Order: sequence, then C-alpha cells, then structure tokens
Amino acid sequence: MSEPTAAPVPVPETAPSPGNTTGTGTAPEIGTNPGTAAGTGTAAPGGPVISTAVTGGPVTGTLRGLGVGPGRAAGRAFRMAGPPPLPTPVRGGDPDRERREALRALAAVASELEARSVAASDPAASAILEAQSFIAADPGLLESVEGNVAAGMDAAHAVDAACAGYREALLAAGGLIAERAADLDDIRNRAVAEVLGLPVPGVPDPGHPFVLVADDLAPADTAGLDTGTVLALVTERGGPTSHTAILARALGLPAVVSCPGATRIGEGTWVSVDGTTGEVRTGIGEEEAAEIRRRATADRLRRATSGGPGRTADGHPVELLLNIGSAADLRPEVEAEGVGLFRTEFLFLDRREAPGFDEQVAAYEEVFRAFPDGKVVVRTLDAGSDKPLPFLGAGREPNPALGVRGLRVARGRPAVLDTQLDAIAEAARRSDAEPWVMAPMVSTVAEADDFAARARARGITRVGAMIEVPAAALRADRLLERLDFLSIGTNDLSQYAFAADRQHGELADLLDPWQPGLLRLVSECARAGRAAGKPVGVCGEAAADPLLAPVLVGLGVTSLSMSAPSVAPVRDALALRSLERCRNDARTALEADDPARARRAVAAGGPR
Amino acid sequence: MPERTVVIASRTGLHARPAKLFVQAAAAQGVPVRIRLGAGRSVPANSMLAVMALGAEHGAEVVLEAEGPGADAALDSLAGLLSRDLDAEETPDV
Repeated sequence: MSEPTAAPVPVPETAPSPGNTTGTGTAPEIGTNPGTAAGTGTAAPGGPVISTAVTGGPVTGTLRGLGVGPGRAAGRAFRMAGPPPLPTPVRGGDPDRERREALRALAAVASELEARSVAASDPAASAILEAQSFIAADPGLLESVEGNVAAGMDAAHAVDAACAGYREALLAAGGLIAERAADLDDIRNRAVAEVLGLPVPGVPDPGHPFVLVADDLAPADTAGLDTGTVLALVTERGGPTSHTAILARALGLPAVVSCPGATRIGEGTWVSVDGTTGEVRTGIGEEEAAEIRRRATADRLRRATSGGPGRTADGHPVELLLNIGSAADLRPEVEAEGVGLFRTEFLFLDRREAPGFDEQVAAYEEVFRAFPDGKVVVRTLDAGSDKPLPFLGAGREPNPALGVRGLRVARGRPAVLDTQLDAIAEAARRSDAEPWVMAPMVSTVAEADDFAARARARGITRVGAMIEVPAAALRADRLLERLDFLSIGTNDLSQYAFAADRQHGELADLLDPWQPGLLRLVSECARAGRAAGKPVGVCGEAAADPLLAPVLVGLGVTSLSMSAPSVAPVRDALALRSLERCRNDARTALEADDPARARRAVAAGGPR
Repeated sequence: MPERTVVIASRTGLHARPAKLFVQAAAAQGVPVRIRLGAGRSVPANSMLAVMALGAEHGAEVVLEAEGPGADAALDSLAGLLSRDLDAEETPDV
C-alpha cells in the first residue's frame, strides 16, 4: 500500500506541491464561516456559471471533474485536511525554542489521543488510540527529536525526521510491528500540523451525513471512513485509477475526482454530486438535495433487485466477476459468477520472509471453496513498484514502476513463484477446483512460455497473463498461442501506454480509461481472443464504469471483473443494451478524438 | 558507569511481547536505564520504539547501563529478565 505523503523519502509531486495543501492556498479556509464568505466568488460576469478561477473565497456555480463512482448524492460539503506539507527548513533558529515547540506539539498530540481513547465507546478503538498516545509520548521518540534539534533542525523537521527514522525501523522489523508504522505516520502528521498551526489532518466529523471533499485521499485517510455518514467523495486531484476512485466503487459511493476548485467549496455548503457526469453543483437548496437523495435511493433499489449472470439485452453472456484481495472480500449478498482477479499480495505484504507453503495453501483453498462451481482467476504475486516487499530485499530502484515487478521478480527469485504455484496447485487439489492462474506484468512471448511451463508442470490447466504492458497487448495473438486466456489490467496498461504515473494527479486525463489509445489496445487483445476462441477479460477499474463496460463488451471482451459494489450497476447497464448497441458504442468511443468526447458521444446514445 | 552484558534469550528476539515486558520493567526502575546492541548507540530502555528499533534477535548481545543510586539493582533485575525466554512464559496477571 503506498503512503506517499508520509514516506521518509517523499514522492516529490505529492508532498510539497505549491497550490495544493500549502498554507497559502486552501488550508486557511478551513475555519471560514460559509455564511459570511458565501457570495464573494459570484462576481464572475455572466451569472452563476463556473467561477473556479476566483482565488481566495469559496467557489460557486458548477464544477466539473471526472465521475468515477456512479450515482448521485447531495449534502453539505466538508473538507478533509491533508497531511501537513513541510515548509522550507529554517536553519539557525533558537534551538531551545524549537525543542520546546516540538515537545509541546508531541505532548499535545499524546493528550488529544489519550482524550479520544477515553471518549471512544468501542473498546478495541479505545485500546488502539491509547497505544498511539503512548507512541506520541515515547521517550525514544522525544530523544530523537531533541537530537535532531541539537543538530540544527527546526521543530517541524525534527519531528518529521524522528518519525521517519522509527518508521523505517518498524517497517524493517516486519510483521505486526510494521503495522505500527501507520500509527507513527498519523502522529507525525498531527504533530507537524500542531507545530505549523495547520488544521488536524483527518476525516471531518460534522455530526451528520456529508459530502467529503479533499485534495486527494490516501488509503490511510479512509481506513476508518464511516460510510453511514459519507454521502459522496469529491477530490481536487486524483485520476480514474486513484485510490479515491477505487474506494468509491468499493463503497458504492458517488465520486468525482480531478475536480478543479473542489477544495475551495465553502465548508458546509450544500452541493450535489453526479458521479456519472462528473458534475458538482454548489448553491443548491436543502429541498433540492432531498429530491436528489430520493431519486438516488430509487436507483439503488432498482439495482439491488437485479441479479443473475451478466448478459446484454439480447442475451449475449458477459461474465461478471469480482476483484478480491482475500476471502474476506467475498460478499455473499453480491451475486457474481466468480472471481476475475484474486490478488495474492496480502499474504506477502509486511513480511520479513515469504509466507510458507501451508499458509498459502490455506488462503487459496478458502477462496476456491467459496466458488465451488464458479471461476476463480488467481494472479501470482505482483510485488514491486508501489508494493515493495521487505523479504524480497530489492534495493531502491530509480523507476520502480519500470523495474523488477510482477513476474519479473521470478528472474532473481524463482523460488517465490514456484512455491506459490505449488501452493495454488495443492489448494486446487484439496478443494477439487480448477483455478485459472495468471502472471502479472508479462511483456514477451518468452516470459509467457516460461510461466506457462512452470504452471502446467504443476498440473494447472488454465494459464494466462495479465495484459498491462503495451508490448504484450500488441502480441496478444502470439501470447494466446501459448496461453489459455488474457486479462487486461487497464490501470497499469494506461500507465505504461501513456507514460504517465498512476499516482500523478496532474496527469489524470492521460489515465482516463476512455482514452481512445487505450481502447485500441483493448480492442487488439479482444480481437486476438476472438480469433483464438479464448477468453479475454478486463479486470481494471474500466470494467466497473457502467458507461464504459458496454463499450468493452462491444470491443469483444468476454468478462468484466470489478469490486463487489460495481457488479449491480454494471449488470444493469449491460441489460439495457443489445450487443449491437455495445458494438456501436465501441466504434463511437474508438473514433472519438478524446476521452471527454468519447464519453459524451456514448452517453448521448442513451440505453438501447 | 555500571553495565551488564546479556544475551537475549527470547526466541523471537527483543520484539513484540518480550520487548513490551522489558520496556515496562525498565520504566518501573527508579533510575534511567539505557540499552545498546553491540557497538551501537545506546537508547532509553523505557522506549518501546527505540527498543524495537534495535532489532535485537535471539542470541544477540546487548549492554545495559545505568548510573546513580540503585543502578546495580536495576541492571541486575533487567539483565535477569532478558536472560529468560519471555516467549515461553505465561502472560502475567494484568
């Protein structure tokens, strides 16, 4: 799990980028009273249209971003403060003052956490908060902060560096201890915010349901998100494959990302969010909000009653499958035809040593048994890049996304892959399952050959590859001479086809799954699949977009794999369109000049 | 300064529960105690973070140091703790 903002070596583009979370831009507005500040942004000529160019005051009118979680919602907007960015280091300050300031901030954080621990009604949450308050007051941490000040750092940097030092040590220790690193990140963010006088990072708690607005959302921000009170997500940055988008689909929340001006929506302003069109309207009234909610509930009910296998209006079957990380993600209430992407990383994360054969067998068997008649597609370990694994002992790479990741790990450490394949085969024998097994990051026919040989030697009968590398997509026909199926990971395929980092919010437009260039690569794979009579699925977030899913089917994709909450909306969307209509939509999307036009042109057709 | 050199007896090393028991015991001493691994820098023995960060494995040699009244008794008590296999012992009544 990537944690860019709190990592000891900050990812340059996310941490101190000016105009995002720096004090000059959005942060001071947190305490602004919307009653008095509203209206200052309406000066734009031409009435209440788009006034995102207004600096300072809250925005009004309609904002446009990328809709990534379908559905509509309305409510009052509240903003989440991101982790405080570090200012330029101050050298030569008064060490006594910096020391006092740093220790005061940590003491304040410790007592705040202590108070929340006492107030928490859930004993488990209370214990976690108490343990966290101890870490904030830990003598070793304080000593390290004092040492850093003595070495010339200012208070904020001294706290940051001390936390970073222990963070490394905890991660190196692995296991349960490594999980404490997230606690330390939270303490770091709170204490640095305290020193700098910035708002405390975290999800706001206005005491009623609200629309959560943020610059961007990291996994740690949303771990404890109460889906009962969050109505929708709106972020200034982030792309269609960002954590926010994935989370929104996982929770079934309407969401708009890459929405300029979002963080300048006045605190407490009523807004409506359309996660399909990407529109965020401010200045709506409470009555209109109630009407939008009523309609959204009706939509949800209609979807909730849909069921059965995926098919188009004229009965063309399209397998609807689930993306899961472990058996814990299987949701009995979601009717799916199997698992299209079983990520196996969870077994390996935070480990000092690779998980043993028996442990792996047990984990795979649990998933196989959950789908006695259904399809389960297992992806072998996808390590590296944003998922570094301590036990692999990989050094830092200048370009981890282009480095030794996915199947490439087997070049230096074939035993890890072999053990995993042994465990998958054994779990299959024990549960009488016939799993489909695929390797991530296959680039060449030779790699596919090698993987297929290893898998088949163990009795695995259905062997495939993820298509994430453009070179592999272009050779889909040759890969299918060796393999039984392909599964397109559109998130990584976008990243590599457009040479744009998945985490880079400013490049979100390039990572839009509606990019005609990406769809052309998908089309190439689907064509090869049809020619070979072999299945080609999509397991990226593109498959979860109810407007794009019919386009993928029109291109010739045979299965769609997504997180559980997306299954019903996608099933609904397919059931409303004939295969012929899907093919027309696919042609329309391929021929469009850009994603926005593609989306508009396909949406304009309406169902059927 | 009074010192004690002791070999970590706990099978899992000075992590998790053994580390917690040791840190709690160190904090309960009337005198500040420090711990170091080999030739490394000494850290406060009452710091869970610092003690875990040492990464002292089973069989590693650590040095405890303290100064002032009661230092020897404190060091003896803590050295005694580390020379037992804390993983094998029952959870004390808490």
